[in-house]
Amino acid sequence: MGKGWCLFFLFWPIAAVVSCAMAPFVGWSFPYNNAQAASNLGIRIDDLFYIILIVTAIVFVGTQAVLVYALWRGANNREERATNIHGNHKLELIWSIIPGAILLFLAIYQMNIWADFRIKKYYPEAAVKDPLAEVTARQFEWRFRYPAIGKKLQQKPQPDDLYSVNELHVPFGKPVMIQLRSDDVQHSFFLPALRIKQDALPGLQIPVWFEANKPGTYDLVCAELCGWGHYKMKAHVIVQPEDEYQAYLKNLTQKQFYDGLGKIAAKDTGTESEAVEK
Amino acid sequence: MTTLNPSPTGLQPILNPQAHHAPGNFITKYIFSTDHKIIAIQFMFTTLLMMIVGGVLALAVRWQLAFPWESMPIVGPWLFAAEGGQISPEFYTMLFTMHATVMIFLVIIPILAGTFGNLLIPLMIGADDMAFPRLNMLSYWFMWPAIACFGMSFAYAGGPAAGWTSYPILADLAQAAPGSGTAQTLWLLGVTFIGFSSMMGSINYMTTIINMRAPGMTFFRLPMTIWGLFITAILQAFALPVLTAGGFMQVTDRLLGTCFFYPSGLVINNAAPTVGGGQALLWQHLFWFYSHPAVYIMLLPVMGMVSDMLSCMCRKPLFGYKPMVISMSAIASLGFIVWGHHMYTSGMNPAVGMAFMVATMMIALPSAVKTFNWTATIWGGKVEFNTVTLNCIAFLSMFIVGGLSGIFMAAVPVDVYFHDTYFIVAHFHYVLFGATLFGVFAAIHFWFPKMFGRMMNEKLGKTHFVLTFIGANGTFFPMHFLGMQGMPRRYADPYLHGYLEHLLPMNQFMTISAIVMGFAQILLFINIFYSMFFGPKAGRNPWNATTLEWTTPSPPGHGNFDFIPMVYHGPNEYAVVNGNKDFLMQTEKESLPANEAVATNTLDET
Repeated sequence: MGKGWCLFFLFWPIAAVVSCAMAPFVGWSFPYNNAQAASNLGIRIDDLFYIILIVTAIVFVGTQAVLVYALWRGANNREERATNIHGNHKLELIWSIIPGAILLFLAIYQMNIWADFRIKKYYPEAAVKDPLAEVTARQFEWRFRYPAIGKKLQQKPQPDDLYSVNELHVPFGKPVMIQLRSDDVQHSFFLPALRIKQDALPGLQIPVWFEANKPGTYDLVCAELCGWGHYKMKAHVIVQPEDEYQAYLKNLTQKQFYDGLGKIAAKDTGTESEAVEK
Repeated sequence: MTTLNPSPTGLQPILNPQAHHAPGNFITKYIFSTDHKIIAIQFMFTTLLMMIVGGVLALAVRWQLAFPWESMPIVGPWLFAAEGGQISPEFYTMLFTMHATVMIFLVIIPILAGTFGNLLIPLMIGADDMAFPRLNMLSYWFMWPAIACFGMSFAYAGGPAAGWTSYPILADLAQAAPGSGTAQTLWLLGVTFIGFSSMMGSINYMTTIINMRAPGMTFFRLPMTIWGLFITAILQAFALPVLTAGGFMQVTDRLLGTCFFYPSGLVINNAAPTVGGGQALLWQHLFWFYSHPAVYIMLLPVMGMVSDMLSCMCRKPLFGYKPMVISMSAIASLGFIVWGHHMYTSGMNPAVGMAFMVATMMIALPSAVKTFNWTATIWGGKVEFNTVTLNCIAFLSMFIVGGLSGIFMAAVPVDVYFHDTYFIVAHFHYVLFGATLFGVFAAIHFWFPKMFGRMMNEKLGKTHFVLTFIGANGTFFPMHFLGMQGMPRRYADPYLHGYLEHLLPMNQFMTISAIVMGFAQILLFINIFYSMFFGPKAGRNPWNATTLEWTTPSPPGHGNFDFIPMVYHGPNEYAVVNGNKDFLMQTEKESLPANEAVATNTLDET
């Protein structure tokens, strides 16, 4: 019966490996049918993921195979007694040093990505100087505040700021930065397609930068439990070429400052045309 | 060592076996008992009962994910009559909050420390009872106020619904969530009570292990089980006060108007802006300073027990006893400085993230050493495939998966993507269910004869194991894929989001597996209750094991040992030449044949 149990324990790692190997082909991998990350940093994160996946897959297959083989041998052991070994210094040194080296390599390897991702000193300068928008999470929606065309985002809301709810437009091919905050509880700004996630902390303003490299509409969800409607925080990030993005802002300005007579309030059109001239 | 009439077995008679305390009448013997074995049994039945509660909550969560907004079978129509039998999102948040709370605080921690800590520590070190028997009794009875608080919290406005992590502001201010009223305060009180219980236990365990070891039981002759429980007790004693303090701060925030955890100017639920000068991040630091070590509190005792059980079932000495002890200590001490890896996306200083990342990566190292050592223990052994062995191997097999997925989490940039997705859920279910609970199942089968004097049924045990193993893998392995596809945790209805729409069939598959796994536990209960009364009687040492508890009668009487046990060598002396046996009890003085004596002594004397 022992051999049957060995097969039982062999079956499950095989099932695990097969389903993992299948995953990219049946859409069980990264979002949007295993699409490549829609940001350059996201691609680097994916690469790191695959490196770790390869390392862990080898270790997984190796350890499970050795485990099953050891069981197989143990089940068939016809000796009167098992072998009397209390340990082996050399062996233990080997299996401490090798994983240690691999782990240290992984740790050092990823430092750059982390620094580029989160440490403000390494943020792209243009993005830091001119934040795209302020993103405010609240139960249970996302609010976006853009500066008026040609102006810079201010800490405090300005009279000519542009607002939208649950729809963030972003130009593609250039790094942008948003200021993330929360009005009530903790939320998390999660853009699966771009591999971006940052908690929105009440009382803090957290700068988040990303560079979308593919136009498209991506889901923006909340990843930190924020109450009963947590699952409902459904928004989209629309990545579009620069000119379409400017057209969107113009459109937004017109809608927002529409005075009901088919004209846009003079003051605001003024600033807008000035901006275009510049 | 002065000898008092040495007996033929090398044991010494105890002058007065009842000296410690008397068993007393029925109530003091079985209900308000100070006997560690009875307390262990009390803990076991209470925690198993709670496992049913936690399991039912889990099945309800899985029901919602497989059949969203459909009427719950059986309980739906009368429980949620107003919603037409379906689970409301508020109720769903309560479900997963309480599933985690019950499983962590009322099942896994107390079944390890409470049941096996109590049962095994005095027996394995050769003591007649715990150092503080009454404190021990209290540690059990303090579970009940906790259970009462958690139970009552269900009744208040939807129950606590801020997740088991109880993150502010959601858990801190009553207006933030429907379930965040009195229910949340009761939840915090419940955690505090269970904290008292754990604290009393851990003080008792440390004192007992340090002071009450039998003659000859040096630290490096302690069975691995005791090492696991000892290190756990230390972890518990140092980490728990931080959570308790944090819990009190949250309670005062809620009741007395302090503002440790919330800043000013928040507009919650259209109420007036809050006043305050606190910071939600503070809670996360306090919480994870306990709750990360708590992961090891939930794992190290099992690691110890599995080491002893595997060694016994393979009839081989444990491979690398000292490295196992050292790696356990390394896991525990590193465990203290990695709490920040739960907070990579939290908004704390990212430079700190790097330090936490390196420390977290390094935790994988001692874990790997342990895994290799267990495999090497099996290697060349004579494996007997009984329920204990099978559960131990399941522990090992699933611990490997949980450990490896931990490496993804340790890598900060990758963790940013996986944080708060189902990948994390997969990881900790592999560790906490896959590893810990399989270890616990093995331990229940292994020490059952010592608890009740009877053996458990093998057929039932194996059927339970097979169904649980298949069900567990079927439930938890696909969670990795859900996580990769970016499905966040704690969503009542992930299919609302376009990119997650196609996940319904996978979730349904997982729910079916979970139902199989849940119903398999009925077999465990049948087995326990049947075998308690009708199982075949076990002798003193049914497994031919070597540690001290097997020198006592099954079950041991009040005061445990007939003789003060003398310990002559380490705990796992199997595969030796010893008459017609292949093992050497720790109390047996017989000199080993020359070649084996060398091998044994290198570990004990160095």
